[in-house]
Amino acid sequence: MKDFAELFRRLDQTTKTNAKVAALADYFRAASDDDKMWTIALLSHRRPKRTVTTTVLREWAAEAAGIPLWLFEEAYPIVGDLAETIALVLPPKSANSEKTLTDWITVIKGLKDLDDAEKKRLVLDAWSGLDTTERFLFNKLITGGFRIGVSQKLMTRALAQATEIDENALAHRLMGDWTPDNTSFEQLVLSEDPRENLSRPYPFYLAYALEGELDALGAPADWCAEHKWDGIRGQAIVRGGELYVWSRGEELVTERFPELASLTDFLPDGTVIDGEILPWRDGRPLGFQTLQTRIGRKAVSKKLLSDAPVVLKAYDLLERSGDDFREQPFVERRSALENLVANNSAGGVLLLSPLVRFESWDDLARERDTARERGSEGLMLKRKDSPYRSGRRKGDWWKWKVDPFTIDAVMIYAQSGHGRRANLFTDLTFAVWRDDELVPFAKAYSGLTDAEFNELTRWVRRNTVERFGPVRSVKPEHVFEIAFEGIQKSTRHKSGVALRFPRIHRWRRDKTIHDANSLADLKALLPDEERPAD
Amino acid sequence: MSLLEFTDKGIYCPRADVYIDPWRPVARALITHGHADHARPGHGAYLASEAAVPVIRHRLGDIPIEGIPFGETREIGGVVFSFHPAGHIPGSAQIRAEYKGEVWVFTGDYKTEPDGLSEAFELVRCDALITECTFGLPVFKWQAQAEVISEINGWWQQNAEGGLASVIGAYSLGKAQRVLVGIDPGIGPIYTHGAVEDTNEVLRAQGLALPETLRVTPEIKKEAFAGALVVAPPSALGSAWMRRLGPASTGFASGWMALRGVRRRRAADRGFVLSDHVDWTALNETIRSSGAERIYVTHGYTSIFRRWLESEGYDARIAETEYEGELLDDASGDKTGGQAGGEGASA
Ligand SMILES: [Zn+2]
Ligand SMILES: [Zn+2]
Repeated sequence: MKDFAELFRRLDQTTKTNAKVAALADYFRAASDDDKMWTIALLSHRRPKRTVTTTVLREWAAEAAGIPLWLFEEAYPIVGDLAETIALVLPPKSANSEKTLTDWITVIKGLKDLDDAEKKRLVLDAWSGLDTTERFLFNKLITGGFRIGVSQKLMTRALAQATEIDENALAHRLMGDWTPDNTSFEQLVLSEDPRENLSRPYPFYLAYALEGELDALGAPADWCAEHKWDGIRGQAIVRGGELYVWSRGEELVTERFPELASLTDFLPDGTVIDGEILPWRDGRPLGFQTLQTRIGRKAVSKKLLSDAPVVLKAYDLLERSGDDFREQPFVERRSALENLVANNSAGGVLLLSPLVRFESWDDLARERDTARERGSEGLMLKRKDSPYRSGRRKGDWWKWKVDPFTIDAVMIYAQSGHGRRANLFTDLTFAVWRDDELVPFAKAYSGLTDAEFNELTRWVRRNTVERFGPVRSVKPEHVFEIAFEGIQKSTRHKSGVALRFPRIHRWRRDKTIHDANSLADLKALLPDEERPAD
Repeated sequence: MSLLEFTDKGIYCPRADVYIDPWRPVARALITHGHADHARPGHGAYLASEAAVPVIRHRLGDIPIEGIPFGETREIGGVVFSFHPAGHIPGSAQIRAEYKGEVWVFTGDYKTEPDGLSEAFELVRCDALITECTFGLPVFKWQAQAEVISEINGWWQQNAEGGLASVIGAYSLGKAQRVLVGIDPGIGPIYTHGAVEDTNEVLRAQGLALPETLRVTPEIKKEAFAGALVVAPPSALGSAWMRRLGPASTGFASGWMALRGVRRRRAADRGFVLSDHVDWTALNETIRSSGAERIYVTHGYTSIFRRWLESEGYDARIAETEYEGELLDDASGDKTGGQAGGEGASA
């Protein structure tokens, strides 16, 4: 564990990509194959199954720290991370463990069949032999959610440096449904002809937001454009008569979208489509609140299927007749995709994401203005001769989103943040006017600088009207411009509307609370069919 | 009548008609130390420890201030006041008030671990204790200062070998000088931001031994900073000022660096857990050793900490104040030359 903790410290101590890659590459050169496999697994969101509940971990930690459980529970949201809270409250280590990363994972997996008393003994024993960083990592292994600021892409680059294997080849080998228990470093990483894995997806190609003017992209004739749908980006794979659906987070989500099962009957074997999974009815998306009901929901009820039916809006064809098609120019891939989808719509669940016709950049700008009406987030621009690349890249694909909605609102409640913002009031609630009453409609946590949050924090301390637990109502005095991506009617919100991704756009120090917008102004932004009749 | 009371202007002693660290202008104020949230402008008369006076003058300008040595008593309206070292920054004091055998102590900001710079914290027995609890949670437990300083030395050394400047963000009053007296000056030259150097000059003039430092000025060529340590207020990290230093690694010294989330959010390359306030262990130890039965808690996690003290058998209460603890920017430390205390001005 010491070398893994050292790796973690090096990664955590820098914000520079090159330094992170170098730290990982050094680690990969020195570590045992088992430790390497587990490191790759952890950094690609594969973790050992949870064998201890977080409830008992908290109890054991509080007990070992000599503090009451309630005090632990109070400290936890301030730290913002359970593994870290436990690591910090425990007394200094009393022994020195030389176990490796793989040894500890074996211990954790072994807890599964033990009774609570045995589990407790082993966990307390682990804590007493580890320093704060090692403990934090041990706790992360137990509780999961291993995010340490290294993307799978960076990890793959470091592994490529350490093994001298091509980075893209490695990216492909590392995808799919493997765990360190069912394969080895030799098989997964080093074998040129890796274990046949029909489910293995291609790395997604992700676009950056367009910077600067369209003119800079050159001739409009070199580009294609289509709408950017706000759903779940996914890859549908039909191989060996089976369907595999992957989300962009490289999670296999086939079971969650039974609507797509019929794709196997319509698509030829050896087909991989990149597209957007989207709740859809009568020719348009059903909106973000409906989408919300399908995200992360593993059990799918009949009611959910009829309330929020999904389709796959196809963007691109990555594999045709079993051949990797990604090096073909976009227009070639696109016409092959059109042929495929034109021949069938798999019972209505497979739809093309239509290309937008445009002659000039002005045409395109006008098309973007229709995005809200169509329920899209804006446009995607794709260079006609571009291959399908891996990961987030600049140059060939750009997303060109519509400008957010904005509204001027009054801050009425403040709550302190957690983790990195535990000492600041960063969770703010905003209101608009209904006659002479302020009606809360949005919470926002981001968009101000540290200096502004500090200033606001001092102001909140002095201008608290009432406290409700951690929430303080404050004197209505400050106006902020709130930006958001979407708005829908909602019966669950006091204001009658729900917002998509609200955030603070800027502090309007030039405005008084009487300049803030009204609820009617806000409702005027609802899509036509949802606007109240009055 | 309680010996000390909590008012919307600050801690008040009705019998003596004086305030302690008031945040609104009053006729007569006793001041624990020179940080901007404790020493504010506009009072009619100031009384502070002798050692705190130069810094307070430096920050607040020509104010009517008197200094008395640590431990010396001063009777005001029958109440006997005295100042005792708080170990927070040079000159920082706890204030003791006694009337007819009843003793109250306000700690101000304090730290019990000796730092080689500030007068060592003195434990003062009392009946009622008003204590800060900036880091009053069991997740805050500091490493010894020597270990943290050796981390800073290691970081500086490594940067120096790579030809980088090492820029460390530390409050210009207190933390900056603590870093200066601790680090190994053999590694390379030491430069300071103007706000830090101004404070250095004040402290040197009152006899504190600080290592030799060079003020960063626009004439100095970038190349000069390669391998150097640059001590600057946290607000300077990431500002345009940094550009004149050439390629640099950044570090930030603060108790908040104990939390990984805060460390990451700062976007400094390194976080060093170095606080001028007591940690959980020392805070509890101080309360226990003070002998006080009634405890008032101010700045920090007051409601949680109060509940903890209550569960430990103390009569514990919250005192609402406007002190700011250890902020991540430098609002309580960096205003220089008499502009301190402007409400809401941010660093
Ligand atoms: Zn202070
Ligand atoms: Zn303070």
